[in-house]
This record gives sequence, structure tokens and C-alpha cells, in this order.
Amino acid sequence: MKKLLSTVACGLVAMSLGQAAFADADDHKLSVDGVAISTDAKPMEGGPLDELISGWRFRSKETQSLQTDDFDNPSFVFVEDGEALFAAVDGSEGKSCSNCHEDVAEFAGLRPTLPRWNEAKGKLYSMEQYINDCRVDRMGADKWKWTGSNMTAMTSLISLQSRGMPISVATDGPVAEAYEQGKEIFYTRVGQLDMACANCHEDNYGAYIRADHLSQGQINGFPTYRLKNAKMNSIHARFKGCMKNIRAEPYKPGSAEFQALELYVASRGNGLSVESPSVRN
Amino acid sequence: MGKPRVKVPKSAAAGDVVTIKTLIKHKMESGQRKDKDGNKIPRKIINFFSATFNGTEVMSVNLHGAVSTNPFIQFDMTVPETGDLAFKWVDDDGTVTETTKTIKVG
Amino acid sequence: MNISRRKALAFGGAALTVTLVPVSFAQAASEDVMKAAIAAFTGGADVAEGGIELTTPEIAENGNTVPVAVSSPGAKRIILLASGNPNPNVADFAFGALAAGNGSTRIRLAGTQDVVAIAEMADGSFTQVAKAVKVTIGGCGG
Repeated sequence: MKKLLSTVACGLVAMSLGQAAFADADDHKLSVDGVAISTDAKPMEGGPLDELISGWRFRSKETQSLQTDDFDNPSFVFVEDGEALFAAVDGSEGKSCSNCHEDVAEFAGLRPTLPRWNEAKGKLYSMEQYINDCRVDRMGADKWKWTGSNMTAMTSLISLQSRGMPISVATDGPVAEAYEQGKEIFYTRVGQLDMACANCHEDNYGAYIRADHLSQGQINGFPTYRLKNAKMNSIHARFKGCMKNIRAEPYKPGSAEFQALELYVASRGNGLSVESPSVRN
Repeated sequence: MGKPRVKVPKSAAAGDVVTIKTLIKHKMESGQRKDKDGNKIPRKIINFFSATFNGTEVMSVNLHGAVSTNPFIQFDMTVPETGDLAFKWVDDDGTVTETTKTIKVG
Repeated sequence: MNISRRKALAFGGAALTVTLVPVSFAQAASEDVMKAAIAAFTGGADVAEGGIELTTPEIAENGNTVPVAVSSPGAKRIILLASGNPNPNVADFAFGALAAGNGSTRIRLAGTQDVVAIAEMADGSFTQVAKAVKVTIGGCGG
């Protein structure tokens, strides 16, 4: 038990000092079925990070290799579910997605810009909201749950169309307020462990928290298939998981808070390549 | 069971050794887990997989509860001639899922 | 020094501490169960070493999905066993004439343990290999 105590103490000290890079990201190169995808990028000037590194680079080589081949990547089972849903008629209007959007490839370039300002609705919009608007307004179908399996199958399929493209969310203009709110959430300590996103993903990325190698918390690979739960995980579900880990009361998936955080975290990765659908532990 | 995914080369030279990959969507409920009330969740897994080339079994696997969700099976085989590679998955509930791919030689 | 779980909680704050407590292997297969699983395959015959390769990660990032590959050219059958799982049986491969005597899959490991592969060769002899896999527990994941 002595060892346990000292381990805990070390962990806590490391967290509070905010300086504990025991093992940096590796220098492995990602290519998917032979197509190279950059896993790092130069941050924008004045940004909080000196380097942008995809979460892929913090994973073990076995986990990394699952993402190098679209057959080995279990996400593609769910992408195929997304394809079936895209073609499936649902709702009172007798329509499917493909009635309006002939080819899902037309969504190439969408994922890197989200979340973004929706002028017509007068608010910040995530991919999930665009999908649900289509379902309700055009198809006469029920909304999907933000973190549900139909939704993540669809967001996986749509996000895949932008794989390799650099994330480039806008942070100014009408979304400036949400951006500032997201930034505040990122740096505010919460929960029984009194930790902010930044304590792990800015101060200590590259370090180990217990046996886990901390990443920068980038969301360029979402939705992501986690070995932990063997399914696609949405951005907001991951935020919720992090908040539970630090023993905080999580915001709700789809809430204004998580959307603001999604925008801010996405902006921290502006320049990183879309890896969706990725594989993480 | 979901739709199976299989990766099989469309063509090969006679005698080539090729890699076959398969994956099927399945929860693979191990029978070891408990629900919220502490009751054991009954086992429901894919318990058998086989690959058969032109009627001759290439390989088969008996799977147990320790095989992960969405079971993935990969193996190598020699392609002697043009033929059909037939895959089969059997669920604990008796459901059989099958798919076939043709490999052309020459 | 003895520290109760309650004290550990108070000390560490919460989740991080609790999950550091070493895993209980009460659920793991007993040695007898493992022996029985091996005997069921070999019929009690001697088991040699060599001629069989087992590829596993040294450290698995998540015990839910651990990639393993086994290869023993010329084998008729290979069984994979997880010595630290409640039920040690993982997968039993059978090979026909066109097979190369290899197979890969992804498996669940209940904790740090040895993964064992035993092959039955064409002449009826048996050979085995074991690999230790460390399983990291309940991580935050990134």
C-alpha cells in the first residue's frame, strides 16, 4: 500500500506542478491505406500551444495500426451503418438523406468548419444539429439523440468525406461570444478533483496519468471508435466522460456549454488534419 | 449480427498465399457481465466462424466469450485455383450469417 | 502500513485513487481450470516449446480489445488461452490443407496475465508459447 500512496502522491504533485512530460508523443507517421495524413501542424500565431499533435501520436503502436487500414479500423462497420441510414427513407415525407443529397461526398469540406454560425437559426451549429434539422424539417422524422448510435454512424460517414483536410473553424464574428465561453470552460477548474481541461491537455500532454498517455485533447479524429466501449464516440460524449473522470457534474451533450467548448477545442486544433473516424483507447 | 465485412483479393496467381480479413458487427456478450441489478447478463456470442474454398474448409474457429465486440478474424491461405471463398458466422441463438467472394486465378 | 479504501478515497480525492488499487484476480481462472483447458486440448500429452509464434502487445492500452496473432506453420489446430480470465478459453482454430496455420483476432483480457497458445501439429505432437501482456486499467483514454 505504501507504493500505492506514493504513486497517488506523485500523480497529484505532477498534476499540480503542471510540468511532467515523461513521454512525449511519438514520431510515427500515419498513412491510411497508403495515403499519408499529417498528424501535426503549426499552431496559429498567439495560440496556447507551441505544437499541434493529433491524439493518434499518443497511442500505442497497436492502437495506431488499427487506424492505418480502413478494414482494420472498426469504425467502418459504423460508417457502413451510416451509409444504410443515408439511403433509408424515414419520416412522414417519405424521404431519405439521399433524396436531397445524391452523393454523401458532397459533404467533403464540411467537417473542418464545424461548429459554425448558422445565420438562419441565429446560433452556433454542430453537425448533429444540421442532421436533426434535415430529419425534422425535410423528412418529417424524429430527431436523433446527440450521442446515439444512429447519429454517430451518420456523423462518422459525413466526417469521413473530409478526411485529410485541415480543421479550420472560425472563431470571430458571430461565434466570438461562444468561443470566449468555450475558452473559459477549458481553463476553469471544476469537480471534486478541481481540474480544468487545460490541466491535462495543455499543461501535461505527453505525460502519463496513471497508465494513460495524455493527449492534447484534440477533436480532429471524432467521432472516434474507442477500444474501451467498442463504439463510435461523439465529441460531446467524450467531454462528458472527461468531466465524469474529474468528478464534475457534466454539461449535457448538445448543451450550449458543450457546443462552446467544441468550438474552442476545435479551434485549438485549427490546421490539424481531419482523421475521422479515428481509433483511440 | 450485422452485415459482415470481408477483405479478399479479387485475383491471385495459382499457389499465391493471400491474407483474408473478416469483421462482423456483434456485441459478443461474454456472459461474465452483470446488469445494474447485479444479475448476470446471459452469454450471446458468435461461437463459430468458418471459411470454405470451393467446398473445402480452409479454416474454422470456435470463439469464446473472450473474443472482443465486433469480432475480427484474419488468416492466410493458399489459392490453388479460381474459386469461391465462403464465410460463415454462427450466433449462440442459431442465426447463421454467410457471404461469399470469388478469387480469380490467371 | 494499512490503509482503508475510505482513507484512500479521502487522500486521493476520488476516482484516480480508487482505480489504482490493484485489480482483484478473484475472478481469474484458477490454475486447475487452466490445466483442465489445456488437458481438454492435448488429452494430457506432453507439450513442447518452439515452432509456434504468438504476437501480443507488451502493454495493452485497453483490455477490451487486445490484438493477438498466432502462427505455427503446419499446425492442424491452435488454441488460444487467457490464463487470467474467468474462463481461459479464447479461440480454437482448426486448419485445412489450404490454410497457412495462422490466425489473428482481438481479445478481452481481464487484467495483466499470460496469453498461451498451443498448437497440435500434423504428427499429433503439441507445442506451446506464452506471452505476458500488461493490461492498463480503466484509463481516461487520451
